[in-house]
Amino acid sequence: MDINIFQYEFIVKGLLGAVFASITAGIVGTYIVCRRMVFLSGGITHASFGGIGIGYFLGFNPVLGAAIFGILSALGIEYLSVRHKIREDSAIGILWAFGMATGIIFIYLTPGYSPDLIGYLFGSILTVTNADIIALGIMSVILIIYFSVFYRTILYMSYDESFARTYSSYVNTFKYVTTALVALTIVLNIRMAGVVLVISLLTIPPNIAMIFTRVYSEIIIWSIISGFIGTVAGYIISYYLGIPVGATIIFVLVILWLLAKFYSFIIKGLKQSAINN
Amino acid sequence: MAYVFDMKSLSASYGNKVVLQDINFRVNENDFIGVIGPNGGGKTTLLKVILGLIKPTSGSITFNKDLPGENIIGYLPQISTGDNSYPVNVTDVILSGMMVRKKIITRMSAADKKRASEVIDELGLTAVAKSSLNEISGGQLQRVFLGRAIIGNPVLLLLDEPGNFVDSTFENNFYEKLKELNKRMAILMVSHDIGTISSHVKSFACVNKHLNYHPSSEISNEQLLAYDCPIQLITHGEVPHTVLRSHASDGH
Repeated sequence: MDINIFQYEFIVKGLLGAVFASITAGIVGTYIVCRRMVFLSGGITHASFGGIGIGYFLGFNPVLGAAIFGILSALGIEYLSVRHKIREDSAIGILWAFGMATGIIFIYLTPGYSPDLIGYLFGSILTVTNADIIALGIMSVILIIYFSVFYRTILYMSYDESFARTYSSYVNTFKYVTTALVALTIVLNIRMAGVVLVISLLTIPPNIAMIFTRVYSEIIIWSIISGFIGTVAGYIISYYLGIPVGATIIFVLVILWLLAKFYSFIIKGLKQSAINN
Repeated sequence: MAYVFDMKSLSASYGNKVVLQDINFRVNENDFIGVIGPNGGGKTTLLKVILGLIKPTSGSITFNKDLPGENIIGYLPQISTGDNSYPVNVTDVILSGMMVRKKIITRMSAADKKRASEVIDELGLTAVAKSSLNEISGGQLQRVFLGRAIIGNPVLLLLDEPGNFVDSTFENNFYEKLKELNKRMAILMVSHDIGTISSHVKSFACVNKHLNYHPSSEISNEQLLAYDCPIQLITHGEVPHTVLRSHASDGH
C-alpha cells in the first residue's frame, strides 16, 4: 500500500489523537462514572456548545468559547448544588438546552456557511488541528499528575464526601478543581467525538472496565485501554466505510461493552456449573 | 486528669435559630459520656461543633495541645453517607480514616497499611478485608466504619446513634470493644436509648439548647426533668410502664 505524505500525517494525527483522547477520557470517565455525575457531564458538554456558537459569531477560536462555557456551567452547577439553592438535575436540564439554543442561534446569525459545524456536533478527525492534539496531550499530562498525586484524596472524597468534610477543609476546593478539569477534558474531546457523542466516550470505557475489576486505579487503566481499542477500530472502520468517525467509535465501544458483558456472563456461568458439579 | 477539649460559654445557631446556648463542657481523657436529649435539642449540632463543621456564634472550643495528636477525632456517623457501590473495598475505607492525620498529599505508607490490617484483625473483618461494601452485612459495615474512626488513634471518639445500625449479634461485642477503646481515648456517644447505654457509659450530658452534665451513669426521670431534658426513660418494674411528665394544669 502506498502511503503519501497526506495520509501519513492523517494516520499520525489520528493515532496521537486516539492515545490522548483515551487517556483523558479514561481518567475523567472513571471519575464521573464512579461519582455518578454522568448527567452533569452531559450538561457541561451541551452547555459548551453555546461557547462554540459565540466563538463562531465573534470570530475567535470556538474551542476557547466552549472551554469558558463548559467550565463556568460546571462550576455554577456544583456551586448551586453545594448550597442547595436549586435541584441539581433541573439545573442541568435547563443549562443543557440553553447551551444548545445559544449555540444554534449564534451559528445561524454568523454570515456564511460553517463548514465544520457537523464536526463539532458529531466529531471529525479531518478538522482536528495540531493545536487540538497538543492541547489534548498537555491535558493528558495534567490529569496523570493530578490523579497520581491526589489519588487517595480524590478516591475517598468521591466515595464519602460528607465524611471527608469531617477531616478536611479542602473538599470544596478539590471538587471545583476536579470539575473544572472534567469540563476541560470534555471540551477538548468534542473535536474527536462531537458534542452529541463525547459523553459516551467517557462513560462506556469505565463500564467495560468495571465488568472486570473493582479497583479504582485498575478501572482507569482498563478504561484507557478499551477506549484506545474503540477509538482506533472506529477510525479504521470509518475510513474504509466512509462513515462519520465519532459515531463509529461509539458504535464500536458499545459492541465491546456488550461482548465484555457476554464474556463475564459466560465465565460466571462456567464457574457456577463448576461449583455445582 | 488531662482534658481533651474545653467548651467555654459556647453558642451555635442556624440563621436566627439558636440551637446551642452558653455551653460550658469539658471532656477529659478517659471520659465515656452518653449525650442524650430530645430530637432537635442540638445533639448533632454539638457533634458538628466539635468536628469543626460549624463555627460557634460565640464562645470557644479549645483542644488540649499537650495531648499527643491533640485534635485527632474519630467519628462514626449516624448513617452510612458513602456510596456502597463505589469501587472501594473494606481495607480502603478503613484506611481512609488515616486521612485525619494527613495533609493534602496522601500517600499511604507501609506503616499505614500495617495499621489497617491490625484494625481489620481487631474488628474481626479479616475474611472480608478485600470485599466490596455491598457484599458485606450491616453489622460488618458498622465495624468497617468503627475501624475507619479508630485507625488514626484518635484522642476522642464521637459516635452518633451507633445503636441505629448495630445488629443484635454484634451489639454486645460492640460495647465491649468501646469499653476497651475507652482505655485509650475519650468517648462521646449520642443516643436516644438511655436504657441500653446507661450500662456502658460513665456519665451523661443532657443537651436541650443548654447542656447539663450528669456525673453518673444512673439517671432518673426527676433528674431528666430538672435538666429540662424531656425524653422518655423506660424503667423496668413489676408492670412495664413509662413515666410521663405530669401536666402543669391538672395538678398531679
